[in-house]
Amino acid sequence: MNLFHREKASAKDNAFVVNNKFPHPDDMRLSTHALCVSIGGNPILKHVNVDIPCNKITCIIGPSGCGKTTLLRTFNRLVDTIEGVKMTGVVMLGNQNIVAAGASELTEIRRHIGLVPQRPCPLPMSIYDNIAYGCRIHGISGRRKLDAIVEYYLRAVGLWDEVKDRLNAPANKLSGGQQQRLCLARSLAIEPSYLLADESTSALDPISSRMVEELFVKLKKDYSIVMVTHTLRQAKRIADHVIFMYLGEVIEEGDAEQVFNRPKHELTQRYLAGSFS
Amino acid sequence: MKKSLIEEKIFKMLMYAAIALVIYFVASVVLSVFKRGLPLLSWEMVSQLPGGGFYIGGGGGFLNAIVGSLYIVGGATILGLGISIPVVFFLNVYLKPNSRLGSVARLAYDVLFGIPSIVYGAFGFTLMIYFEMRTSLIGGILVVTLLIIPIFIRSMDEVAKATPTDLMEAAYSLGATRWETIAVIVRQIAPAIATATLLSIGRAIGDAAGVMFTAGFSDRIPTSLTQQTATLPLSVYFQLQSPSLEVQNRAYAAAVVLTFIVLALSIGGRIIMNRFSRNKIQ
Repeated sequence: MNLFHREKASAKDNAFVVNNKFPHPDDMRLSTHALCVSIGGNPILKHVNVDIPCNKITCIIGPSGCGKTTLLRTFNRLVDTIEGVKMTGVVMLGNQNIVAAGASELTEIRRHIGLVPQRPCPLPMSIYDNIAYGCRIHGISGRRKLDAIVEYYLRAVGLWDEVKDRLNAPANKLSGGQQQRLCLARSLAIEPSYLLADESTSALDPISSRMVEELFVKLKKDYSIVMVTHTLRQAKRIADHVIFMYLGEVIEEGDAEQVFNRPKHELTQRYLAGSFS
Repeated sequence: MKKSLIEEKIFKMLMYAAIALVIYFVASVVLSVFKRGLPLLSWEMVSQLPGGGFYIGGGGGFLNAIVGSLYIVGGATILGLGISIPVVFFLNVYLKPNSRLGSVARLAYDVLFGIPSIVYGAFGFTLMIYFEMRTSLIGGILVVTLLIIPIFIRSMDEVAKATPTDLMEAAYSLGATRWETIAVIVRQIAPAIATATLLSIGRAIGDAAGVMFTAGFSDRIPTSLTQQTATLPLSVYFQLQSPSLEVQNRAYAAAVVLTFIVLALSIGGRIIMNRFSRNKIQ
């Protein structure tokens, strides 16, 4: 069984396909143009222009406080929850400007851009409902369909065999690594095009962390992944594309092989050499 | 002995003393009520309406007051939950954390929390006169609802405020609207809903002053919302006023029933809500 590849719904009817429940526009490339974000008057991001390639793992690296997380959270507009935030510029997803999106478009945008949080944070529900919640709010109902979705995505993250006998148990009883894979499954279940990962392995033990990392590598066949990471070694292991940020600006962006081995900018060289962090 | 160890010993003693004091008071209240009430408590008392001359020593029981109290508490708890859960949700999800409206509302609920129930009763009474209503079951339910809403809101709000931001972000990032996060919030604060319900029931069922002007008193079980109804605390109050020792002792019997109802509701509420609170994210 190919777990990750999206099957095409048969043309003759609108039959339910477990991993193709929602419409998927063809061109869903994520890019920013002259993006500036300030919080309470302090500029956090200054004229950021990046282009996130599809079906690759893009790692955003840089020292603490350089705006990595803010950039990531601008992509799905979670920055909105911060007091005094101002955004100018453009963030395009396909042909839609995320920065200008209204509340009703936002829910649809967030469906296309999933988030895997820094610390595992299951919803206060059963394991089953954690996966079903996202589908329910996007209009999928019916026990049979939801059963199929829950099983499919729990298998996709390798959690099915561990939890299949206790789907109704509270999700907070799972271990940290299991919770993080549940969060990943929860995001995948609403079929995003992009997955944002904000240091998603930093709160996990090494084995769980490796498991999640391997999942990301498998997932890039069908999803485009943007990852903020503090560990250069992790970025070197899995990145295809790298964005290096410093003090709210993008210093260097390019193919991982090039940025890590032949950095063009002096700051990048010094950061990679470990002279500051 | 080391100073810190002595300190710990002293504070341990103080804590034990405090616990002993609380247990002593609870036990002495319960014992004195039970001592006078239990001998008179019979099946007849809890299963019959007051007969002729009940309050001067005639036959019958106080079923009217038991049922009336349960009606009022049940109605007020359901109404109170229906009003206060949306309020708590609005305060915590729709308003910004430092919103002025939010802090004014919270202050207002704090003030309402401290207002004695007789004031609620008088307020309800004034309103009822204005609307030309007579003392009735619905009047009692509404006033008791007003009385317990601040308890509901304050105790749920404290827990809702502590909802991890990660949790809200998780819901938002799945594309939930603010309204759709209510499924998350309600499950998260389920333990607080349980505690608040138990506190409210305790206050509602024991309250005499609020219902005195608004629910009235009746020897029959009300069959519609507009009829007067008796309540256990008022039944206790009226019987205690009697010069006859026999009737006074019946008041204690009614108090025993009241105590048992509170106990049963508390245990029941705890069992039911434990099922809902197991999902909470720390």
